[in-house]
Amino acid sequence: MPSRPMIGYAQITKSFGALKAVDDVSLDIAEGEFLAIVGGSGSGKTTLLRLANRLIEADSGTITVEGEDVQNVDPVALRRRIGYVFQSGGLFPHLSVADNIGITPKLLGRPAADIAARVDELLELVQLDRDAHRDRLPEALSGGQRQRVGVARALAAKPRIVLMDEPFGALDPLTRDALGDDYRSLHRKLGLTTVMITHDMTEAILLADRIAVMRSGKLLAQGTPAELSRSSDAYVLELLRTPRRQVARLNTLLPQSGAA
Amino acid sequence: MSLFADPRWGEALAHLPDYLGNHVRVSLAALALGLAVSLPLAILTRDRPAPRAILLALASIVQTVPGLALLALFYPLLLLVASVTLAWFGVSFSAFGFLPAVLALALYSMLPVLRNGITGLNGIDPALIEAAKGVGMTARQSLVTVELPLALPVMMAGIRTAAVWVIGTATLSTPIGQTSLGNYIFAGLQTQNWVFVLFGCFASALLALAVDQLLGLIESGLRQRSRWRTGLGTAGIAALVAATLVPTMGRSSQGYVVGAKTFAEQYVLSALLRDRLQAAGLPATARSGLGSSVIFGALKAGDVDLYIDYSGTLWANQLHRTDIKPRAELLAELKTALAKDNITLLGELGFENAYTLVIPKKRAEALHIRTIADLATHAPTLSIAGDYEFFSRPEWAALQKAYGLSFRTQRQMQPDFMYAAVASGEVDVIAGYTSDGLIAKYDLIALDDPRHAIPPYDAILLLAPKRSGDERLQAALKPLLGKIDITTMREANLRASGNDANSSPDAVAKWLWEKVGKP
Repeated sequence: MPSRPMIGYAQITKSFGALKAVDDVSLDIAEGEFLAIVGGSGSGKTTLLRLANRLIEADSGTITVEGEDVQNVDPVALRRRIGYVFQSGGLFPHLSVADNIGITPKLLGRPAADIAARVDELLELVQLDRDAHRDRLPEALSGGQRQRVGVARALAAKPRIVLMDEPFGALDPLTRDALGDDYRSLHRKLGLTTVMITHDMTEAILLADRIAVMRSGKLLAQGTPAELSRSSDAYVLELLRTPRRQVARLNTLLPQSGAA
Repeated sequence: MSLFADPRWGEALAHLPDYLGNHVRVSLAALALGLAVSLPLAILTRDRPAPRAILLALASIVQTVPGLALLALFYPLLLLVASVTLAWFGVSFSAFGFLPAVLALALYSMLPVLRNGITGLNGIDPALIEAAKGVGMTARQSLVTVELPLALPVMMAGIRTAAVWVIGTATLSTPIGQTSLGNYIFAGLQTQNWVFVLFGCFASALLALAVDQLLGLIESGLRQRSRWRTGLGTAGIAALVAATLVPTMGRSSQGYVVGAKTFAEQYVLSALLRDRLQAAGLPATARSGLGSSVIFGALKAGDVDLYIDYSGTLWANQLHRTDIKPRAELLAELKTALAKDNITLLGELGFENAYTLVIPKKRAEALHIRTIADLATHAPTLSIAGDYEFFSRPEWAALQKAYGLSFRTQRQMQPDFMYAAVASGEVDVIAGYTSDGLIAKYDLIALDDPRHAIPPYDAILLLAPKRSGDERLQAALKPLLGKIDITTMREANLRASGNDANSSPDAVAKWLWEKVGKP
């Protein structure tokens, strides 16, 4: 790694009572990289993500964001410059779509006119119809639309880093696929550094540049899909077997050429 | 329709601006204070389980104290505080009326506000609080822009409950000197004026209902995020408050305040005193329905300028004397003692209103009972009823001691119902009052007290310290002294106990003046 990482975890440990949620993890995420953290529930992947913007504080080890030790940064300021997409949206039900998207710029004290323009820009970016959705409350949106608003909100203050906590987990397969692809192209277009949590290896392989595998608080392996497939760890190989089997079955079940 | 032809409806209506205005004012102040204290407490303790539990427990305990007792407790408490602040800082304040009522009612309003506040704040999806933090809100920003708006519907429901409780309980602030819609109910109960009782009940119920519905509109507006509902409800509350407060705002000085305790004779006499002062060109208002212990303190503090008390009552309650002295001696000693507090004992009205044991005349004849001593031999098989204070008064102890009285059962009753109860045989003996007109009405007799266990109870006119040198006041009152004998007072009380238009305290006071005012 020639340049400094965008996010760097060095020997991070975090316990909740007797449970070691994150156990001596070191992991670097390069600028412009799309990293997926894969693991089952209780593997510590969500804890690892939240440590980056200090929603959770580490017991030991050092975390750097853009080269700075996060302990030296005000947590509120830190969170305002890192986009965060919550599981199932996390939209505020009493605020309109526009107010939800514009919340972080508003907290940063940006002028109202700038925020309004930015909201329109973002609605276009996440492919939501401006007039139909701008003033609606979240409850009037479908799950996919809600998650698009969630992505727009995360991007509102033009962050360089976006953290995503199982962002597409609750969506139907078609919406999930479309949203994943759309986000992937946003990631590239805006030059973002993205860390996404998922329990779905197929999704991780399809979207991410690199994958980190966690289990019981430990980082078992990290690398590109190709690198992971050469891993000697049984659990990592087990995780990779599912997408492989799916590919094989799909290949036998679906005609090789057709209207796909 | 003849029900509403009764002129007492008109009389009740005439009091409405004053009573309702005061009722709204005290309820509003109490609710505002209750909210100002409870909401921050709910916010502070929402994620601190131990203080939260203590706070809710305390508020629940307050809630179990009967409203009347809670209100009554604040009066001596404030008197104490006022005397302390006077001694330490040289400032005093009135412990009478508005302040104790507001404090007690505010305390009463706290439980629903606290409980719903905490429930509302704790009921928010933790993911949303996390999201608020995640988008970069400080704790305060999260509270103001996310948590409070989301908890608001539940909080509003608590505020609604508190408002209804406060409006209902405020009727009980009459005995501590705060005018309220309770004035109708207390006066009506004491003078058997059911029109007043009904009017007071309806008025406070309607007020509570209106406020509840308007707050409900605001609540549903907040729930459905509908601006016009919230706006309409708020405008309705504002209009209601303005409409009830404006008519009474203009009045400032009320001149002399004539106090009255909570029974018919006092209502009549205070009306008589007020009329006399007004006839002499002195502006005066009557403040009726004051608790027996409240009224003396109010006179001493100058919140009440004059009222009628009874020598034996002051002897026992204020001088804390348990010995019994002959009438003249007791009066002289009382006068000296009161003078130490700068209270003027202007003189006696001419009648006595002492406690006395009363039984139906027929029963007395059948059992050959003429005195309390005769009664004592039958007492173990008989039941006795007295007013709320009788059995804890020194007279009762003195009676028991002097005659060895011991009844089968004893119970407490609303004074006006006692006479009917003894006449119908529901109780055998009652502790009545010598000046009560109902003794004649129900064909009862008052038993003699040959051992003089009950002290004399001359009706005496007391003036507040600040009125001790008021010549005009004293001149206006002098014509009443020594003029009202027991027969006249009994007749007046009997009239007041009727249930028609001629039985209102004002009407009886006029009759009484016509009777005793002639030179």
